[in-house]
Amino acid sequence: MNLQNFLLMRHELLLILLVIVIIFAEIFSKEETKHRIINFSIVLFFIQTVVGFLPVTQGELFGGMFQNDIFRSTFKNILNIGVLIVLLQSSAWLRKEENKEKISEYIILLLSTLIGMFFMVSSGDFLMMYIGLELASLPLAALAAYETKKAKSAEAGIKLLLISSLSTGILLYGISMIYGTTGSIYFADVAANFGNSSLQILGFIFFVAGMGFKISLVPFHLWTADVYEGAPIGITAYLSVISKGAAIFIFTIILYKVFGAISHTWNPLIYALAVATMTIGNLFAIRQNNMKRFLAFSSIAQAGFILVGILGLGDMGSTSVVYYILVYIFTNLAAFGVVSAIYNESGKENMDDYNGLYKTNPKLSLVMTLALFSLAGIPPVAGFFGKFFLFTSAASQGLYILVLIGVLNATLSLYYYLKVAKAIFIDPSDNPIPYFKSDFNARVGLLLCVIGIIVVGFAASIYEAIYSFSSLI
Amino acid sequence: MNILSLLILIPTITMIGIIISPSHKIVRLVALGGMIAQLITALVLMFSYFAIRKAGITDIMVFYQDIEWFKTLNIHYIVGVDGISVAMIMLTSVIIFAGILASWEVVYLQKEFFIFLILLATGVFGFFISLDLFTMFLFYEIAVIPMYFLIGIWGTGPKEYSAMKLTLMLMGGSALMMVGLLGLYFNSSVDGHFTFNMMEIAKVNIPGNIQMYFFPFLFVGFGILGALYPFHTWSPDGHASAPTAVSMLHAGVLMKLGGYGAFRVAMYLMPAAANSLSWIFIILATISVVYGAFAVIWQKDLKFINAYASVSHVGLITFALMVMNKTSLDGAIIQMISHGLTTALFFALIGMIYGRTHTRMIDEMGGLIKVIPFLGVAFIIAGLSTLGLPGLSGFVAEMIIFIGAFQHVDIFHRVLTILVASSIVISAVYVLRMIGKLLFGPVRNEHHLELKDAKWFEKLSAGTLIVCLVGIGVAPLWLSNLISDSLSPILSKLMQFSSLYTHIF
Repeated sequence: MNLQNFLLMRHELLLILLVIVIIFAEIFSKEETKHRIINFSIVLFFIQTVVGFLPVTQGELFGGMFQNDIFRSTFKNILNIGVLIVLLQSSAWLRKEENKEKISEYIILLLSTLIGMFFMVSSGDFLMMYIGLELASLPLAALAAYETKKAKSAEAGIKLLLISSLSTGILLYGISMIYGTTGSIYFADVAANFGNSSLQILGFIFFVAGMGFKISLVPFHLWTADVYEGAPIGITAYLSVISKGAAIFIFTIILYKVFGAISHTWNPLIYALAVATMTIGNLFAIRQNNMKRFLAFSSIAQAGFILVGILGLGDMGSTSVVYYILVYIFTNLAAFGVVSAIYNESGKENMDDYNGLYKTNPKLSLVMTLALFSLAGIPPVAGFFGKFFLFTSAASQGLYILVLIGVLNATLSLYYYLKVAKAIFIDPSDNPIPYFKSDFNARVGLLLCVIGIIVVGFAASIYEAIYSFSSLI
Repeated sequence: MNILSLLILIPTITMIGIIISPSHKIVRLVALGGMIAQLITALVLMFSYFAIRKAGITDIMVFYQDIEWFKTLNIHYIVGVDGISVAMIMLTSVIIFAGILASWEVVYLQKEFFIFLILLATGVFGFFISLDLFTMFLFYEIAVIPMYFLIGIWGTGPKEYSAMKLTLMLMGGSALMMVGLLGLYFNSSVDGHFTFNMMEIAKVNIPGNIQMYFFPFLFVGFGILGALYPFHTWSPDGHASAPTAVSMLHAGVLMKLGGYGAFRVAMYLMPAAANSLSWIFIILATISVVYGAFAVIWQKDLKFINAYASVSHVGLITFALMVMNKTSLDGAIIQMISHGLTTALFFALIGMIYGRTHTRMIDEMGGLIKVIPFLGVAFIIAGLSTLGLPGLSGFVAEMIIFIGAFQHVDIFHRVLTILVASSIVISAVYVLRMIGKLLFGPVRNEHHLELKDAKWFEKLSAGTLIVCLVGIGVAPLWLSNLISDSLSPILSKLMQFSSLYTHIF
């Protein structure tokens, strides 16, 4: 490997370096200065994020197993920004007495999963994708079980682990069938040799099912709510945004690049999954009272909307998907940021605890409202633009019925998002959450989210940039 | 700077001003100042529009400005106005001005109230100036969503239920619209480029079967906002629960968004389908008119009375649009303006009376004209305009609509016209009964004898609206001058396909 190759793997190598540095920091720091690791790693991660934006060259390594180009590296940058916000939001929680022992573990595990996702995003064959996916999944199970004194957290960890292994098994089974019938695991070769034999289609369906678990599409979603509820909030945010986003990205790439030739075969499949995911996710979200479960089901529904965009095919489809993931990262992290700030302060995480929040914490309430509107797709915030482009991309293929189902679902989702707004603004409460000021890091994280929510929509250049990158690959 | 963008910019600056205002009194002054500036801008716009037309410029849209936004999707920020939009902008700025005055004494979360109110108005102004369907849709939703908070936080009665119902139904309407808009977008390619630009789409002849497919989406989507039967149910609940200024703005302006959108987007861009499907919507509109009028008779609550009356009168707009000849379209636009002013005046007065008597039930009030003469007289004027007394704007609008509708000689239209015209009789019943019970006769509640008449801001608010009502009623010519030139491009497009116009009998 020469320098050029190193530069190609910049994101991954830097992250590995970061993990090593944090391990050393953990070893050499004294007991009472351990909490400094938090800010230390946030600063390091910030530098890493900035370095990620330096221009990249297109290229491949390890005989095509690892591919990088401007589209993939842009997506890695998007993930980086999301993880930066997650780290900022977790820091108040990490400083708590009961978590003091395990600060660097948390950060190291989190960054390890990110490394896995980067490899997955950059994969050029099914093996690399599989390794990346596993590397992304296993530390997450440990993180979900992070709060060792809580039974729910342990339950979440075990559930995530079992579901991950099951879905990986299914995925691998599918990949093995695809390998058996096409004789290769390289994306390009598979795409060239993919016919229409039933075994290949079966392998493909297993592959979709395996990915369906990771993205928590209906009917593979049953683990989501329990895991989201049990895991620490930072991890829930990470699972619902970063992990899901990365999986959807690679899923889209593989659908377009590898199975593009049989798009008429998978179109009805994705169509059905999209309709089921949107509708079931929405219907279940209506009944939730716990905010984490609520956001879990809302994120299931959001994945359904993204599938609508995938059906747009071509540059328009991939652009709308990546653009929406970017919007969704800011939006959902803002919502989770508020939930986690309130949880850290008062330990409350139910919707009716939020009654009268606007009177006591107006700023936090406004951030939450902005996030909810963006999730529901209300202008002028970014979510409106994201949803509009997803639907536009589906309509470009003439799928107007699907668009109709989608927009009606968006209206349905407005109902439960407004329910939170109602609790915050309208419902009176004898015992509202008292005024508090969250810590500096959390406020920076929320500020980043708010800027993202407002700017990403209006800044057409972001959409144009993603479009021009997506047409390069 | 384009004067039209100024109409968006002034409310935005006003909102920022409200956020940074230190005290209660300054907040409302800032809001009022901003809206006076807005009113002046609208007046300047109207007079310069007249000047431009006088100078012989015959462009369909004037003050046209086109800024590229999303390049690959060909989404632009395009603004431009014709006479109809100028009239609607005038209406909106008058009503928001009166609405700010009518909510002069809002105390609870005052800052937020004015911000949401002005945000709503911003959406409405944006909607009327947009020529790009994407921007138009964006502004439409901006106008709808503050309603939830305005009703939910400051409303009365079952406010949470009403607010949720209203928001979900209107958003459901916008969901249908969105499908229609995308249908237009992808079927209007000008040499391979899709466009949201209305003026460009109007030049394309969209195939008839595609029009048949997407016209109902757009028309019903806008129709929900225009309280088209059977999608009108949000309107009485919403209006009854909303605070005064919101009812004014909502019934006065927001419901006109429906009529305007149905006209400007659905009918203008898909004339063939408009002609062949008109019979369905004429029947629905007739039901709206007659049903709304009959429903009023049963109501005891002043706000419900006016809300159902609104359903009836806004139904008249849809009816006139679907009759589709020059006279009736003229009438439809004038009815939009006239009903906007009348109903805003009504709601303002109901709010002012309710603020004094703390009841809206007509059975519990009586003889108020002796106690509060100014409000009483204003109330009578509003009532008379509703029932179409000559000299007030309601008469002009309804008369033109019925003349227009009667120009179709077939039995189908004649019968429906007579049915619709019968609503005038019914409206006379409920208006006169309401006025009689409320204002004349003995004072039923002794406490009402101590009521004080209107304060300066209430007088100014109601006075502005009355001046406009009388102005249109006495001299309707300037209004019809303003709009009739602008009708012709739309009308000529509709007439191209008039052979498709359905005569059932």
